[in-house]
Amino acid sequence: MKISFAEGVAKAIQESLAANPRVLLIGGGIMGLNTAARALLDPVLRDFASRIMVTPISELGLAGAGVGAALAGDRPLVDLSTGSFIFQAFAQVANEAANIHYMTGGQTSVPVTFYSLAGRRGGGAAQHSHATQALLGQVPGLQVLTPGGAEDAYGLLKWALLESRNPSVYLSHPLLFDETAEWIPHDPFLPVGKARIRREGRDVSLIASSIMVPRALAAAETLQRQHGISAEVVDLRTIIPLDRDTVLQSAAKTGRAVIADECHHSYGVAAEIAATLAEKGLASLKAVRRVTMPDVPIPFSAPLEAEITVTAEKIVAGALDAVRAA
Amino acid sequence: MTLQGMSVKELNKDMLLAFYEQLWRIRLFEGQVQRLAARGEVPGFPHLSTGQEAVAVGVCAHLREDDYLFSGHRAHGHVLAKGSDPYAVFAEIIGRQDGVCRGRGGSMHLVDVAHGVLGATGVVAGNVSLAAGAAWAAQVRGESRLAVVFFGDGATGAGVFHETLNLASLWQLPLLLVCENNGMAEFTSREEHSNVAKVSAFAVPYDIPAQTIDGNDVLAVYEAAREAIEAIRASGAPRLLECMTYRMAGHYVGDAQHYRSKEELAAMKQKDPIDRLRRHLVKQGVSDNELEAVAARVKTELDAVVDRARRAPRPDPATVLEDVYSTAFAMAQRA
Repeated sequence: MKISFAEGVAKAIQESLAANPRVLLIGGGIMGLNTAARALLDPVLRDFASRIMVTPISELGLAGAGVGAALAGDRPLVDLSTGSFIFQAFAQVANEAANIHYMTGGQTSVPVTFYSLAGRRGGGAAQHSHATQALLGQVPGLQVLTPGGAEDAYGLLKWALLESRNPSVYLSHPLLFDETAEWIPHDPFLPVGKARIRREGRDVSLIASSIMVPRALAAAETLQRQHGISAEVVDLRTIIPLDRDTVLQSAAKTGRAVIADECHHSYGVAAEIAATLAEKGLASLKAVRRVTMPDVPIPFSAPLEAEITVTAEKIVAGALDAVRAA
Repeated sequence: MTLQGMSVKELNKDMLLAFYEQLWRIRLFEGQVQRLAARGEVPGFPHLSTGQEAVAVGVCAHLREDDYLFSGHRAHGHVLAKGSDPYAVFAEIIGRQDGVCRGRGGSMHLVDVAHGVLGATGVVAGNVSLAAGAAWAAQVRGESRLAVVFFGDGATGAGVFHETLNLASLWQLPLLLVCENNGMAEFTSREEHSNVAKVSAFAVPYDIPAQTIDGNDVLAVYEAAREAIEAIRASGAPRLLECMTYRMAGHYVGDAQHYRSKEELAAMKQKDPIDRLRRHLVKQGVSDNELEAVAARVKTELDAVVDRARRAPRPDPATVLEDVYSTAFAMAQRA
């Protein structure tokens, strides 16, 4: 059966609440879900009302409450809503949750999941559009989950809520909600920490995560159809842990890497991948390109926003540049 | 030591002497921290609670081992009063492998899960909402335990303090908020950092019952904490206790304290919580010899603790990457 990304999110919450009484929701409005997903989630919110807190707008307090509940042995999901609002909660995410296992000498851990609707959504302008994965990637102790397809939207969230022993930031994306994928109940889930080869190819590797995954797949299709170039698409799935091995193997095979990333250009996820390739994959590499957002706050007006958005067309251009360079 | 539910009038001489001993344990323990810090043996910047010990002792006397305790950067007294092993705590403060956090946390981050000490966090007010979350977890599971969080008056300037009062009231959490109002936010006096004279006043608009008491009188703290904790266990609803006290030490060890006068410090020493209890015990007929024996016994005990901790090994640098994650992810990240 096919499910959408939004249904994957709703289904993961529903099944996790049903499976383990220690799963709690702080917030849980999960803004922006489509109708099918809402139809899945709304009855659940009623059925498990005793484990769900309706919340004021208090990101710092709510994130801290999630950390505290996890310290006390529970598995809370804290809905931090729009991705940019994680800054309101950042002290608890980065300076409490992430440090606790290490700082206590391994005495305890905090399997709290922060749900964050991150990324450029169209018209969100500077204060509602942040892609925070690179910032979060600088925080040892956090897991940063960046699903790029519906099966991973479901699987990664369910894993975070039921199995993970560490704090996670789950980066959902408003423009992924309607993406669909084949989903087979009880199908074994690709382990967390393994990248997914979404499409095999010979000439160039397109490295992607989150919203970049469908755009890289569209770019690969165009490259094949219009230019006769065979592109491989690597979906990272998670930024921490980062599957460097799969990236290096793919780049070694194709000899070229184009890294698509919705973070800003400097110090971004693409920069980390490029550095990994430079350190460990240089012998087999002919070209590396980053396709990223320029270092500018996200503008409001549509033509300005379109100018900086990482599209499939820009990924195609990056790949053509890499192929022509060497 | 836990004396849940007994009123102050029911406490016998041995129980009062146990308070006296615990006050001395914290005082002398921190004296040792100060001594070693002056010799450069304590990494970082430890914060002492000298003069505030009665709050920790009076409140923790009512706590069960499974109650959750949260504290901040000035946590030595709270952790000892909750039942942590002084050796493991001291070894942690001087960065040894035997420390309660294996030398990864230090003075500002004392966590001892086995004794319910879930969080001493080094960020002022960062602990308050964590305690609310732990209280909620206990409540959802239908448990009778509660969470107590210690913080200073300086924490009331942080937004998350107010967010948490709202959450605790809204969700009716079994949470005891204990403010040690020592009149100082780091180096700034209360008059200069807030127009609200009493921290208990902040609880009023959130409909949280609150009380301001003399935090240098261990028996007053004991009695007020008993009432508050009994009410929380019965109703599941939060309470706030403001304990007026005085930080006889600087903000951290080595603080030159230019912001206050010698006269002020001398006046506050008259209110020393240990002397207060001592005078009370003398009135009850306890002899000076008996009282001095208590302090001497604690001193001997702590001398041994400190000797042993100083001889304990430091953590092996080869283990520095352990325990970033509680799973094999640590390995993946070392690439």
